[in-house]
Amino acid sequence: MELRPILATLRRHKVILWLLMLEIALSCAIICNGVFLIVQRLQHMDMPSGIAERELVQIQQAPIEPPADRFARAQEDLATLRQIPGVQAVAMSNQVPFGGASSNGNVMLSPTQPHPTLNAAEYFGENLVQTMGLQLVAGRPLRPDEYVNADVVIKALADGNDKGFPMPMLVSQALATRLWPQQNPLGKLLWLAPTASFRVVGVVATLARANAYNIATAQYSMIIPVHMGADKDQSYLLRTRPADRQQVIAAAVAALKHADPTRVITHMRAYDEIRSDYFKDDRAMAGILVSVIVALLLVTGLGIVGLASFWVSQRRKQIGIRRALGATRTDILHYFQTENFLIVTLGIVIGMVLAYGLSLWLMLHYELPHLPGIYFPVGALALWAIGQLAVLGPALRAAAVPPVVATRSV
Amino acid sequence: MFGYYLDLALHSLTRNKVLGALMVLAIAVGIGACMTTLTVLHVLSGDPLPGKSGKLYYPQIDPQDARGMMPGTLAPEQVTLIDGMNLLRAKRADRQALMAGGAVPIQPGSSSLDPFYVEARYTSADFFAMFDTPFLYGRGWTGADDEAHARDVVITRQLNDKVFDGADSTGRSLRLGGITFRVVGVLDSWRPNPHFYDLTTGSYNYYEQAFLPLQTALELHFAKNGSNDCWGNGTGGVEGNAYPSATCVWLQFWVELDSAAKAAAYRQFLVHYSEEQKALGRFQRAPNVQLRNLMQWLDYNRVVPGDVRLQAWLAFGFLLVCLVNTVGLMLAKFLRRSGELSVRRALGASRRALFAQLLTESGVIGIAGGAGGLLLSLFGLWMVRHRASDYASLAHLDPAMLLVTFALAIGASLLAGILPAWRACHVAPALQLKSH
Repeated sequence: MELRPILATLRRHKVILWLLMLEIALSCAIICNGVFLIVQRLQHMDMPSGIAERELVQIQQAPIEPPADRFARAQEDLATLRQIPGVQAVAMSNQVPFGGASSNGNVMLSPTQPHPTLNAAEYFGENLVQTMGLQLVAGRPLRPDEYVNADVVIKALADGNDKGFPMPMLVSQALATRLWPQQNPLGKLLWLAPTASFRVVGVVATLARANAYNIATAQYSMIIPVHMGADKDQSYLLRTRPADRQQVIAAAVAALKHADPTRVITHMRAYDEIRSDYFKDDRAMAGILVSVIVALLLVTGLGIVGLASFWVSQRRKQIGIRRALGATRTDILHYFQTENFLIVTLGIVIGMVLAYGLSLWLMLHYELPHLPGIYFPVGALALWAIGQLAVLGPALRAAAVPPVVATRSV
Repeated sequence: MFGYYLDLALHSLTRNKVLGALMVLAIAVGIGACMTTLTVLHVLSGDPLPGKSGKLYYPQIDPQDARGMMPGTLAPEQVTLIDGMNLLRAKRADRQALMAGGAVPIQPGSSSLDPFYVEARYTSADFFAMFDTPFLYGRGWTGADDEAHARDVVITRQLNDKVFDGADSTGRSLRLGGITFRVVGVLDSWRPNPHFYDLTTGSYNYYEQAFLPLQTALELHFAKNGSNDCWGNGTGGVEGNAYPSATCVWLQFWVELDSAAKAAAYRQFLVHYSEEQKALGRFQRAPNVQLRNLMQWLDYNRVVPGDVRLQAWLAFGFLLVCLVNTVGLMLAKFLRRSGELSVRRALGASRRALFAQLLTESGVIGIAGGAGGLLLSLFGLWMVRHRASDYASLAHLDPAMLLVTFALAIGASLLAGILPAWRACHVAPALQLKSH
């Protein structure tokens, strides 16, 4: 295809050409960054929890009047829940991955260190490894005789008493790697307060935090052998077959109510719900981004249709002359398609620069990583496709202009 | 003349329906997206207490130990119980209130209702006057009731409807966690958004239904909600009914100061207080004091979600593309009418007159686009309300934003019309007429 006549024509329509290129460039910049943002959100939503999500249910309860002994009440409730048919394991936990409400501690590698090394989630509760389905990759699980009641620990801390420490603990692989890179974490010590030391006895592969906002620190978790008393902030976790979950929830609620008719069940849900609730904003944002990208492509496409139609109708006479001079329909069709390809390509080139600038701006204001090069062709391909699709109609109409138009005066 | 231009504009729009519809649609979609996101942003960044917010301040002091102290370290965002009570009892502001979030079990008198938990606020007497809470019945409790650990409770209209069938319940008793309280007041609908006085329990759409004296709640060991930060050997909120230890901040303290001079004096007071506590050995750091007013406090906490801002930027980017698109289409439309415009020029119309005529046409497109945009933004807001976000139910269009919609639509379309109109009225009439 001869490009010179196309370029010569385009030079005569500079304003419209620039407008089209600008529109394509803007769309291209937004689409490149938009697709990147979507992928980021999807990756965030895909964050592993490390637990058997499809097999867990959570029940939270609150007593109307506080029981005489909260710790005894917790053990009674756990024993009751263990009796329910279909339940494979039961635990009480102070938090669950992606649960929102979190309990965290500042980790130090020496008791006199001025600044904590990092902040990590503190999971308290017995039987968590088995119930949550955590994968133990090194060491051993916590033993029942290692557990201490929370009020004892709080009292010891308040008095500055270090009797009972170091306590054993489990850490997640991510935390172990961050604290002791390329070393065996088993047997290592860490401090959560100047007098509270802990010895790592086991490592679990993955355990996400309850407030996993930041993907870099989302897997920093510790499991500490502390018994909690039954109260509204604790969760009973029950592991069962996925198909039995609803049935188990109903039976568990009935059993808990039977044990104490005055208590209030504040939450009862399959773990799936917790995850979907936690990531609802990411899902909404991804949906919005997809709609904006589709709308952008539509508007740009319709704009191209409008302008191409205008050009075709303006050039009816010239098209007729070309046809009369021997150009085939295919020649005319290709002429408009090539012209569109040229304009879109020029737009994309400007769009790449804009996309880069936009990504710098986003990095500055939204703590996003750099836009990877792989996303640049995405915008280009989308716009080439929509451009060719949009111009097809007007180009076919142009190709249908009969040669006889050349001989008509108006 | 304007009427004639309007007539011409409508005629021209109906002559080429597809092109006209495309332009109106592009503007409508762009405006719809912009107005949806702007309305959400507007609602979320609004002033929860208009007229009062400038007088409300959130004092911050720094009671942390010397470990890890660095110049420029930010003061904690809450206060310890000791400092909170000290500042409350000092009464150095026009009004002051100390508070924490919690949850209390309600045991309704009638047997038809099961006991249930409601979110509660444990606070002190000035809370109600300071935040201008509207009372349906009764009033708040007094400072003397605070010190006497009175079993008084203020409930919301919603809770009053549920438990007392909406009757004036002041003076009646209500059982909370096995203890009998006396209802002293019923609040009319009061839902400040954002939930400015305690952002740790949730920023939007978080409402307490029962308000009781802080010291009463602490005495009875009612459960607390919200966050705490501890240092040293402090443990906070680990275990249900044990409150955070003395080296934890977990309460919010607000003051009302009627003038800038009083605010400056109060800041000075906070510095003196910090110095005094340091002399006593409780504080270890040099005075690190902040006194932000309500809107500054919301700003400091970046209470508007980043996603909402990003969505607004995205919508403006989209509107920009729609506008460039409209400029192109309008240019095509106006240039196509070169012949007609040339005739008008030849018959004596000035360039200015043609420009005015063409801009009128853009304005008509803007109005049509604005109307479409309004419908689309109503639809958009309806979609937002059906999302699962905390702030979803707040997304409603107010009259101010309605005006902004039309101003934006007409402004945008006139802007889009300037270049095409200018180009079209500079077409040389003789050349055009001759070629036809």
